[in-house]
Amino acid sequence: MLKNKQTKVGKMKKTILSAAIGAAVLGLASAASAATLADVKAKGFVTCGGSNGIPGFSNPNDKGEWSGIDIDYCRGIAAAVFGDASKFKIVALSSKDRFPALQSGEVDVLTRNTTWTISRDSSLGFNFRTVNYYDGQGFLVKKSLNVKSALELSGAAVCVQQGTTTELNLADYFKANNLKYNPVVFEKEADATSAYDSGRCDVYTTDQSGLYAIRLKLKNPDENEVLPEVISKEPLGPAVRQGDDQWFDIVSWVHYAMVNAEEFGITSKNVDEMKKSGGPDIKRMLGAEEGTKIGTDLGLTNDWAYNIIKQVGNYGEVFERNVGPSSPLKIKRGINALWTKGGLQYGPPIR
Amino acid sequence: MANVDFTYVRKEMVAAREAPSNAKGIGHWLKVNLFATPRDIIFSILAIAFLAYILPSIFRFVFIDAVWTGENRTACTTVSQGGALPDGQYGACWAFVTAKFEQFIFGRYPLAERWRPMTVMIAFTLLLIPMLIPKAPFKGWNALALFILLPTVSFFLLTGGFGLPYVETQLWGGLMVTLVLSFFGITVSLPFGILLALGRRSNLPAIKMLCILFIEVVRGIPLITVLFFASVMLPLFLPDGWTFDKLLRALIGVSIFASAYMAEVIRGGLQAMPRGQYEGADSLGLSYWQKTRLVILPQALKLVIPGIVNTFIGLFKDTSLVSIIGMFDLLGIVTLNQSDANWATPVTPVTGYLFAGFVFWIFCFGMSRYSLFMERHLDTGHKH
Repeated sequence: MLKNKQTKVGKMKKTILSAAIGAAVLGLASAASAATLADVKAKGFVTCGGSNGIPGFSNPNDKGEWSGIDIDYCRGIAAAVFGDASKFKIVALSSKDRFPALQSGEVDVLTRNTTWTISRDSSLGFNFRTVNYYDGQGFLVKKSLNVKSALELSGAAVCVQQGTTTELNLADYFKANNLKYNPVVFEKEADATSAYDSGRCDVYTTDQSGLYAIRLKLKNPDENEVLPEVISKEPLGPAVRQGDDQWFDIVSWVHYAMVNAEEFGITSKNVDEMKKSGGPDIKRMLGAEEGTKIGTDLGLTNDWAYNIIKQVGNYGEVFERNVGPSSPLKIKRGINALWTKGGLQYGPPIR
Repeated sequence: MANVDFTYVRKEMVAAREAPSNAKGIGHWLKVNLFATPRDIIFSILAIAFLAYILPSIFRFVFIDAVWTGENRTACTTVSQGGALPDGQYGACWAFVTAKFEQFIFGRYPLAERWRPMTVMIAFTLLLIPMLIPKAPFKGWNALALFILLPTVSFFLLTGGFGLPYVETQLWGGLMVTLVLSFFGITVSLPFGILLALGRRSNLPAIKMLCILFIEVVRGIPLITVLFFASVMLPLFLPDGWTFDKLLRALIGVSIFASAYMAEVIRGGLQAMPRGQYEGADSLGLSYWQKTRLVILPQALKLVIPGIVNTFIGLFKDTSLVSIIGMFDLLGIVTLNQSDANWATPVTPVTGYLFAGFVFWIFCFGMSRYSLFMERHLDTGHKH
């Protein structure tokens, strides 16, 4: 018993010692306890998991700053928590090390083009709720192959990116249809694209959003076409660790606030006007309703949604700026349109 | 004697006659070097044909068809790709490199603070040049400033000290990270390598075993494995919330590696020393450290200059492996910027890699030339 106690004390001492050494030598700390909001507030910024460069979602611009839909999501969280969209940091993560980074608390939220699947929700210990981009996997082929359907692709060499659900979907699809294929695997999108363009593979497969980016890099974009099959559902959204419902709610409602704002027609330009003269639901959302507790109940201030829209914009603006017509990608809204326009983006009521 | 006339003795040398016309000039050179035998003729023609085949298209890609200025991808794409160039033009997009140049050098270091790495780079160059010139004075002070003072001051200047705002290493990148990593690795690995090599040849069993263990273990694991382990596994084992600074992980990993490799290079030099040198030093009554410092090392190190520089060059290039842990060195930041949709063109990746390759080549070629110069400079005539 005594011995046991001693070892325990010894262990504790060791832990304290290593923590102290850690504090002295390594300096940096990001807490990963249950109260993520308190930790984030104490740090003074929110840490988001970003990518190694995904066009339109998270990529560096000419000034060396990150930009993209996922980055704007992160800025939205910063605006909601601090009232200042610049209080965020991005940790660049490859598709392989994004999950350990979230598990270990290196990042507070993973906003990295991540597909929501049941195993990631359950066994990895994450929580997903919002989807900031509905994607699906497609095939890009050379027109010269004369292929009209993915079912004719038996024996094809397929370029695919490593460690993604894309790779798994590809295997499932070809197995289910009894087709043979020859996967050519790359870690980086750019390398896979060059390989496809130079003829090393017959087919390129990735999410449809990625195919738009790849078209920009082809020597003869018109000689290639996207096959009609969409072989998977890829709901992309942010993930947080399980066990912190408050933080989970905040991250989710940042997206819903942006979607609702678009539905109400609130933009970053007219938000001040709308706050004064909008209808009751608009005033409620923007925190202008008297005696409202919507923001404070989330653990934020009541102007949280106002700050998001003022500094980052509504969902439509973010989409347009990063992947839509104002960007080189020129992706159509498609199923990412609001539910009122036949799409899937639907924000629960804010009341 | 004075009046003896040696008129038949020549007073000056006869001027050398010109080489016969068939043994000089470009024709002769070609004949001797390229077309001496039928086999030579075949190989020469094949080689020339190959060069004639690839060089013009490379030259065309890099210079003639290249785009030098532009704001975004439109400048570097043809009409069918959605740009401004005539169809069929296929050249490097140097406008991409121009637009991203500062990022390639400093990474995502904040714009307003970039004078800090600039200052460090200038100071580094100013201290390095006199260090490299054998005749420049004050070598001791120079070394002290370059290897001790500069890294210390740079540390505070780059991360934040002297009241400057803190810049986390996450934002460092580009050539700056490549140079920091390789300079640190080189500075640490040489002394540690010497100690490890001496330890491995030591007569004290404990020290010998430790050194052998260290060298063999480190040499047995690929650098990429250690970096990957440090980035993915380490955070899971550390207490909640503690994270290692990524640059520190890379610095430690790279230095440990370089030291182990350096130790083996230097051991090669030590083994090449004839026994007589050791015995001679012993017979003069020199202590172990005197013997090593005054007799053995100066000769052994000189022997292995090519090996040492080889390790340096390898280390310099290995630094690009840090992109595995989310640090963006020169190559990493070039690849990262290929994902910018504003610059997504068919030629952007090639252009980026050409630029990165050229910068790496400049540094490595510089190191290699300098080592040749040092070999000649130190060559005092006695070959073993």
